[in-house]
This record gives sequence, structure tokens and C-alpha cells, in this order.
Amino acid sequence: MAKDPVLTFTDRGIYCPAGDFFIDPWRPVDQALITHGHSDHARWGHRRYLATHQALPVMRHRLGQIEAQGIAYGESLRIGGVTVSFHPAGHIPGSAQIAVERSGEVWVVSGDYKVEPDGLAEAFAPVPCHAFISECTFGLPVFRWRPQAVVMNEVTDWWAANAAAGKVSILGAYSLGKAQRLLAGVGAVGPILTHGAVEQVNEILRNQGYDLPATIRAGQGVDGRTHPGALVIAPPSALGSAWARKFGPAEEAFASGWMAVRGIRRRRALGTGFVVSDHADFPGLLSAIRATGCERVFVTHGYTAPFRRFLAEQGYDAVIVATEYGEEPEEPVETIES
Amino acid sequence: MRDFATLFAALDGTTKTTAKLAALTHYFRTAAEEDRLWTIALLSGRRPKRAVTATELREWAAEAAGLPLWLFEESYAMVGDLAETIALILPAAATEESPSLSDTIRALTALTGQPVAARKAAILGWWARLGTTERFLFNKLITGGFRMGVSQGLMTRALSTATGVDEAALAHRLMGDWQPATTSFQSLIRDEGEGTASRPYPFALASPLEEGPEALGDPADWHAEWKWDGIRGQLIHRPGLLALWSRGEELITDRFPEFAPLADFLPGGTVIDGEVLAWDRVNHRPLPFADLQKRIGRKTVPKKLLLEAPARLLAYDLLEDGGRDLRNSPFTERQARLAAILSDLPPDLPLSLSPPITCADWADLAATRQTARERQAEGLMLKRKSSPYFTGRKRGDWWKWKLDPFTLDAVMLYAQAGHGRRANLYTDFTFAVRDGNALVPFTKAYSGLTDAEFAEITRWVQKNTLERFGPVRRVPPELVFEIGFEGIQESPRHKSGIALRFPRMIRWRRDKPVDEIDTLDGLRDLLRATRA
Ligand SMILES: [Zn+2]
Ligand SMILES: [Zn+2]
Repeated sequence: MAKDPVLTFTDRGIYCPAGDFFIDPWRPVDQALITHGHSDHARWGHRRYLATHQALPVMRHRLGQIEAQGIAYGESLRIGGVTVSFHPAGHIPGSAQIAVERSGEVWVVSGDYKVEPDGLAEAFAPVPCHAFISECTFGLPVFRWRPQAVVMNEVTDWWAANAAAGKVSILGAYSLGKAQRLLAGVGAVGPILTHGAVEQVNEILRNQGYDLPATIRAGQGVDGRTHPGALVIAPPSALGSAWARKFGPAEEAFASGWMAVRGIRRRRALGTGFVVSDHADFPGLLSAIRATGCERVFVTHGYTAPFRRFLAEQGYDAVIVATEYGEEPEEPVETIES
Repeated sequence: MRDFATLFAALDGTTKTTAKLAALTHYFRTAAEEDRLWTIALLSGRRPKRAVTATELREWAAEAAGLPLWLFEESYAMVGDLAETIALILPAAATEESPSLSDTIRALTALTGQPVAARKAAILGWWARLGTTERFLFNKLITGGFRMGVSQGLMTRALSTATGVDEAALAHRLMGDWQPATTSFQSLIRDEGEGTASRPYPFALASPLEEGPEALGDPADWHAEWKWDGIRGQLIHRPGLLALWSRGEELITDRFPEFAPLADFLPGGTVIDGEVLAWDRVNHRPLPFADLQKRIGRKTVPKKLLLEAPARLLAYDLLEDGGRDLRNSPFTERQARLAAILSDLPPDLPLSLSPPITCADWADLAATRQTARERQAEGLMLKRKSSPYFTGRKRGDWWKWKLDPFTLDAVMLYAQAGHGRRANLYTDFTFAVRDGNALVPFTKAYSGLTDAEFAEITRWVQKNTLERFGPVRRVPPELVFEIGFEGIQESPRHKSGIALRFPRMIRWRRDKPVDEIDTLDGLRDLLRATRA
């Protein structure tokens, strides 16, 4: 007898009929379980939110007054006919995979994830399951990240060379997660200035106890003249803007997994691109899926067609599901979180 | 290859000319001389003999990466560059080696003609030992297409700064068919190499005239002539030698045997800049470019083609007269000498002066320009009478005043992601015109819109895909574009029976409904009109 699936895919989001809740829904619902605070996952307008204690402060900051409950990593919570638990996804501080168990059958929603520990986000932990709903933003084999330490050294060297040439270094990075990861990982060359959007997240994470180096909010009287040789961390949209020009002589760079592809790097028309992603690379996706021991994989958010076919050839029961997370990978770099 | 990889990274990481110049100059001062020579060769479009085919590279890379070929192809479609796809798709090398650029090229050259097993073992071995950037450059040595955003002019300037050799002299020395395998860095830049007798001068290039010519001042200061639609060529005659070069620095003497008799009549030490055209001997005018096209790419020409599409050189300019370099003399002087030389030739030879056009006032000239298509010309050339024959493109003295393109409105049927700078944007579109109730695809185009427009269309394509065929997506026929093109010809290879020259998008016609696009009958009428 065919059992009802533990999770179904609706036009409002991933839904659990037995628990009557949604995971990362994109239309307003009563009960939303949220994997992490990025805006394509934690949306405004749900009645009740459930997320990890670590994810909630940023969500409250971004979504304003919300009715939300926190949960610890690994803690089990009974909702209707199922048990849910949140497990580290390694994507950004507070990010989780959500496991839903019904009578011994476990389904896991990965949210966004990254397998290499970055020293800031809670490290990815595989969750044994029967069915795994996996993102595949970088689901093509040309995406292979080098160890984080190697890339951080490149960033540090770039910063040092610019400082030696009397220039400020402006590094574009997504303001929640990527910016803080870079802050925590880059070597100490000089002062670090931040864009307001980045600094707001810094303050929240520092209050939570995440270990971030000292930073100074850029603005009136804080620029390349008051802080020569500084590193400036700003959202990607600030690169090349009037805001960035106020720092005086500067070099700009952009940190994103997409920078692995020369054509995309060149289209940005920026000098430098650092390959730093908060998503798993192709080998990372495969190892994460293998580690769950699952038989069924639902792929979403990325190069779904080739990734699904490859998984099927590896013997998985693999299906594409349409979600509204992120943008398609062909989207212009300017509009994507990565 | 470390120096070369560093140079590449520096060039690739900047769009500033000054930074590129500095990186190149540094390289030409510090790299091993042999590597400098090869770098000049690579940057000027030369490449080592091809040891491996693209198909072999794809299959070997997929196998080495432990991936099915289809997944390699999907990845290639996204990345848009074979050398880069391979560099990215293989696991990182355990220990990286960095042999010199010239040693690498020598080893690659030695592989040509070897059995498959030997070539494969060697290539896989290299891939396993090189870092990602060097692996990419290594692959580029095999596949060719080394464009690093460095023009010949920029490279020459850097080389001149690094060596102290005069820039114009260097530009001339770097022309022609020298090969890095048979010369050295010093003999190349000091002009001691072989083949100097047949070496072409750098071509002078005109800039497009966007507005009308009124801003150019007094028409009396200008020489006007037709801008022919053929192959720009440079004919060199020196004792015992007749050479014809294309603008792409390809030696094409043997493809046009009808020019051989010129050696018996032209004075020694004559160098002529002109246009090679297929010639209508009955009506004394050029044939359409399509006829010349049949002869391009053929090493030997069948008799039939020699009769159907005989070649003729219409001379624009004289660069060398009696062995004397005339390039710094004013245009009018060169033109007078050219006319004198050509008037002495027997009339049946396939070489004559490109006729000057009287240029009394700009309005008359504009009217004349409108007749260009009837004469199989693309428009007019305007050359300042006092101008020297300069090197490369130098704004101000020579202008090309082309006709406005043909245009029509068509609807998009298929979209494909672009390559290189535009990987992951949908930029290559297939367009259709109406034929009764049907839509007939008739051309592809991939340029002419802004990045913002391409981004918007990309989002639309993603939301509206009807079908996927690998990297190609079929979309509903809704987006209308104005397509511009320079010419039209019959083509049995195309479903529409028609092929366009230089098609591109002029603009996105958001205002135009699909049922108002142009028709196949309209295209056929145009084809007939241009043939008449
Ligand atoms: Zn995310
Ligand atoms: Zn996401």
C-alpha cells in the first residue's frame, strides 16, 4: 500500500499534511518552519514562525514584529502527527536543515547548505533520512571549491597589496553570512570598515556571541583618508556606486561562488573575483546526499535538470521540484545571493 | 608557465589599459626570452600545431573527471569555453608543477602525429600536474583562441617600452608569417629574421562615421571613394616575389591565381593596399560578396569558379614605390603615384584604381552614398588628403561612412545562453518571420542589446520555457525585435531559403505585436531587389 508522502510540494511551499505546517513557504501561511534568515527562505507575513534560537535575532531584525518560537539544534518537537528537529546546515550562522519524522520515516529539507566548516556558522551535520530535499545552486561539476584557508589567504594578500599601494580594498559580499564569514577568516592587515547593512548584522551576531573582529561603520568622517589601507566590506550592490567612490583610491572585488566562471567574472567588469560560496560545491552536494543514506532525492534551486539526471544515473530515485528559493543560476550575478 | 600565468591573471583581472600595459611591459622585461617570443606569437593569434582535437579533449576530460560525457557537455554549455571547462572540471592536482611556456609548447608540438594512446597519456599527465589557471592556459595552447583583451597595438607598445625599439618599426616587424619555432626574440624585434621581403605593412584602418560628414569641414580636404564589400588585401611585389596578404595577416596569394601575371608588369618594390572582389566582367562591376565567399577558404580553386567568380583587386593606396616606403607621404601624393603605375598596366590585368568620387559638397556626396548598394558597395570611405598611411586605427583621418543596415521585425523562437562574458545570460536568439499562419525561423542574432535588456530577457526566458534541448530553450513567440543586417542571399541550407549577412538586434520592439512582424514574402522580395 502506497503511503502518503511525509512532505508535499504546493504552490505555497513545502507542506507537511500530518503536522499542518510549511517549511520556508513563499506565500503567507499559519505555521512556517524556517531554515535560515535569507530573504528567499524567511519571508514576511506568516502567522507563526519556528526557527533555531541562533537564526531568530536576524529574522526579527529583518521581518520586524513576528510571532516566533526558537528551537535548539537537535531538539525534538512534536507537531501534530510528526516530530521535527533542526540540524546545522553550515550555510550561515543559525542555518538549519529541518528533519520531519513520521512513524520512523524521516524526510529532511536541506535549506541552503555548505559542507566545509567555515569557522563561524555551525558546521554541517548529515542527518540520516529516507528522503532528502536538496538545493543544487552549484550542481554542475565545474564548481569545485578550494579549501577556505587558501582563498582567505588570497583575500588577505589582495588587501595587503592594495594597502601597500595606498589604496582602500572594497570587497562586495552578501550582508548576512558571507560578509561575516570573510570578516572572521581574513588576516589582520589593517582597519576593517563596513557598510551599514553589514554592520547591523554584525551587531546582532556579536550580541549572540559569534566571534567577529572589530569593525568600524563607514560614513561621515570614516573613509580612506581617515583609515588608509582599510578593508571595506559592503553588499555587492555598493560596488561601483557613488558610495564606494567616497573612499578615494580603491580596488574592488566580489566574493561569490559564481566567480569561479571567467565569463561571469568578466561580465561584472570588476578587477577581482574571489571564489567564496556559502553553498555546497558539486562534490559537496554529492557527499552530503551520500551521507544521508537516502534513497529518494528531491532537487531544487539550481542546475536541477542535469543534477537530477546525474543522481538518477547513480541509482537514486531523483525528482525535480519547483520552489521559489533563490533565482535560477542563469540569473545575473547582481540579483543572486550566493 | 608561472610567469605566463601571472601575466594572464594580471591582464584578465583588469579592464584598465594602463594596468595591462604595465603587466605586459614587466613581462617583456623579465620573462625568459624564448617565452617572450612565444607570448608575442600567442597574443598575435599564432598557435602551436594542434596535437589534439576538441572531441578528444572532451572525451578524455570527462573520463579523467569520472563523469558521463553528457554532463561534461552541459557544463561546457554553461561555461562557454572548452579550455576553461576542462580546467574547472578536473580535480585539483596533488602536487603542482610549472614547466616553462616554451618547454610546454615544444612538448605539445612533439605530440602531433603520435598514436592516440601516447597523446592521451601525455595530456592526462599534464592535467594531473598543473594548477587550475595553468591547466586552463595549457588547454588554450591546444584549442587556440588566446584573447586576453590585448590588442596588437597594446602589445606592440609594451614591447617597445620594454626593449627600446621604435614602436612603428616593431609593428611592421611583427607582421607576416614569422614563426616562433624558426626565429628568436632578438632577431624578431631587431629585424634579422627570414621572410622579411614578403612581410606586409600594418593596415591603416578607418573609424565609423556615426553622424553626417559636415563636421569634417571643407569637402575639398577630403578624398571620397567606395567602400567595397570584399576582402581587404595588401599586394607586395618585390624581385622574384608576389605576395597577397589579407587583413587578418593570412597569406592568400595561392587562392587567387589570376593575380600571378601582375608580377610581370608591376615595377619591383611595389606595395598596394586594395580590395579583392569577385568581378562581373560583362558589366564591369563587383559581384555580390556571396560569390567571393565561394572562393574564401579554398586552397585550390576549380576552373569553373575562376570563370564564374574571377577576382579583381581595386587599389586604394600605394605604400611602397620602387622599394621606397611611402607611408609618411600625404595621401594625394601616394594616390597620384598609384594612378600613374596602374595606368601603365595592360587593361586586361585584374588590377585597377578604385575610382575616386568627386566630393564637391557634402549633400551631393550623401546622395551618391545612397546608390552604394546598387554598386555592391557598403558605403563610402572618406580620407583626409593630407593623411599619412598610419598604423592601425587612428581616429580623425580616415572614416567609413556605411549605409544604414536593412531592417525588419521578427519574433524570438529559441534562446540560448551566451559564452564568455555573457555565460549564464540568454543572449543568442533564433528569430522567425511570418509565412501565412506559420512562423519560419530565418536567422540567429546575439548582439545589439544592453546587458540590462539581456538580463530582463533572461528572466523572461526562464519563466516561459516551453521545451529544453540541451542549452537551447524554446519560448512562446511573443518577444519582437528589430533585426538589422548588411545583406541578404539565397541559402539552400536554411529552412527559409535565405541567409543574412551580419544580422544583429537593433532594438527590442516592446510596442510591436507579433502579428505585425515581417513576412517571408517580404524577405524574398528584398532578395530579388538586391539581385537585380
Ligand atoms: Zn541562503
Ligand atoms: Zn536560498
